Amino acid sequence: MSEAFDVRYTAKLARLELTEEEVAKFQAQLSQVLHYVEKLASVDVTHVEPMAHANPVVNVFRDDAAAPWFNTTQALANAPRQAGQLFVVPKVIE
Amino acid sequence: MSLTSLSISELQQKLRSREASPLDAINALEARIATVDGRVGGYLSRNLEAARQLAATADVNLPLGGVPIAIKDVINVSGEPCTCASKILKGYVSPYDATVITKLRQAGAIPFGRTNMDEFAMGSSCENSALQRTANPWDLTRTPGGSSGGSAAVVAADEAFAALGSDTGGSIRQPAALCGCVGLKPTYGRVSRFGLVAFASSLDQVGPFTKTVRDAALVLNVISGRDPRDSTSIDQSVPDHTTHLGEDIKGIRIGVPKEYFVDGIDPQVRSAVDAALRQYESLGAEVVEVSLPHTEHAVGVYYILATAEASANLARFDGVRYGHRAASANLLEQYQRTRAEGFGPEVKRRIILGTYVLSSGYYDAFYLRAQKVRTLIRRDFTQVFEKVDVLLSPTSPEAAFKLGDRTDDPLKMYLADIFTIAANLAGISGISIPCGFAHVGESRLPVGLQLLGRPFEESTLLKIAHAYEQATQWHKERPAL
Repeated sequence: MSEAFDVRYTAKLARLELTEEEVAKFQAQLSQVLHYVEKLASVDVTHVEPMAHANPVVNVFRDDAAAPWFNTTQALANAPRQAGQLFVVPKVIE
Repeated sequence: MSLTSLSISELQQKLRSREASPLDAINALEARIATVDGRVGGYLSRNLEAARQLAATADVNLPLGGVPIAIKDVINVSGEPCTCASKILKGYVSPYDATVITKLRQAGAIPFGRTNMDEFAMGSSCENSALQRTANPWDLTRTPGGSSGGSAAVVAADEAFAALGSDTGGSIRQPAALCGCVGLKPTYGRVSRFGLVAFASSLDQVGPFTKTVRDAALVLNVISGRDPRDSTSIDQSVPDHTTHLGEDIKGIRIGVPKEYFVDGIDPQVRSAVDAALRQYESLGAEVVEVSLPHTEHAVGVYYILATAEASANLARFDGVRYGHRAASANLLEQYQRTRAEGFGPEVKRRIILGTYVLSSGYYDAFYLRAQKVRTLIRRDFTQVFEKVDVLLSPTSPEAAFKLGDRTDDPLKMYLADIFTIAANLAGISGISIPCGFAHVGESRLPVGLQLLGRPFEESTLLKIAHAYEQATQWHKERPAL
């Protein structure tokens, strides 16, 4: 499995730009980590349910009621760029 | 004797008898920080003015009235930075309080100072901080542990009465062990995660660093409880965790997992932990050997699940709403460059690993399989807790290691957490308390004893930890700074 690991492709999926140096370094380091975690393949997990959380809580409901929270000024307070009441980003549509 | 060497309980006596004021406490901390933090480097920032204002009006009769508490730089405090020790959050100012901060304030505590950490809580030595290096107060050439290394160091160096940290795979217990203080990881769901910047949401838990077990109980009392803003916090009644402190522990059953006493443990750590076991026997506890057969897989499961969750959680750092934004021609380039410039190497590695184990074609083999092995690890604990009250082990296989020793070997660094990780996977509670010293050259390095308890039975865990603490003198030792 770890032989198929392609750091360049995975970084693209993760929206991370890597330098050539990082590509070489991470490819080697993460291949080693993947090789280590591959020993999980030896565990018998037949009829074992996967576990997503430590506590088996399901369907946590609350009332559908509005409560005080950020106003627009607070929500925009840390924006790198803003205009009016909006976050400004580079053009998306050509 | 300076105020700063006091525990919370001792400080409270002085505050309540008006022998000292909360402002005196803040000023004493400032003086101590000025003397030692240039060498320790535990704090990233402090808002002295805000702390003094709170001190002026603090009600010392509240549960933590007038007590300053340092906060790991991953927990939001309104109006303060929350950098997560990352360049990507440079300049960010929290617009709100985390629930644990709201609860501290309601109990009269004063959030004071932001402590260093591994970037986004990813690491075991604080060396992944993009902002600052923190040294171990017992030997300034060694690491304080991590990820909450700053919180552990400032408590150990008497630059704080107590601190909050977060524990995803050992990030409270391991630095507490390496710095010689008490570190408590509550049961998953005991404490609200709202306002804690998420690393791995199914594993993260906030908890205290303190100088005594009693202080840990005091802080846990305040920060615990169900929070409507965290759907994973559990609606369990919160007892007064100090009630059973001091009770007899005769007949308590202490499990010793044989998988935790393996080759590779430093001999001095091993002998300190063996001595602690004998101490417990002399206090009337019964020591039982038990087995947690899936232990060897915990690190592997952890580095799949924690990185998978991190890759999703850290997707929010895209340069749109807060934090760093790289100059870019289009949105895709903005995402890629912002993250390239903002994140450090360990964060990048973990995002890539997490993305990989979740990606099409590998999800079943890695992520799903790890979730199943997690079930087996949890089952191991459920079964042994039918036979014993707590489990005992070293917190870390060795005392503090040298700064720079492992920064280029991620796998070796990951194995530093070998004894702490399983508790997060199983969601149980755990504590590290001082149990002796390892002597390396001229240095005396603290050794930590880990006790793991049943979910939501922190009271029992603390009672058993307290019995050992009171029978020994280790918690009174302080580094010479």
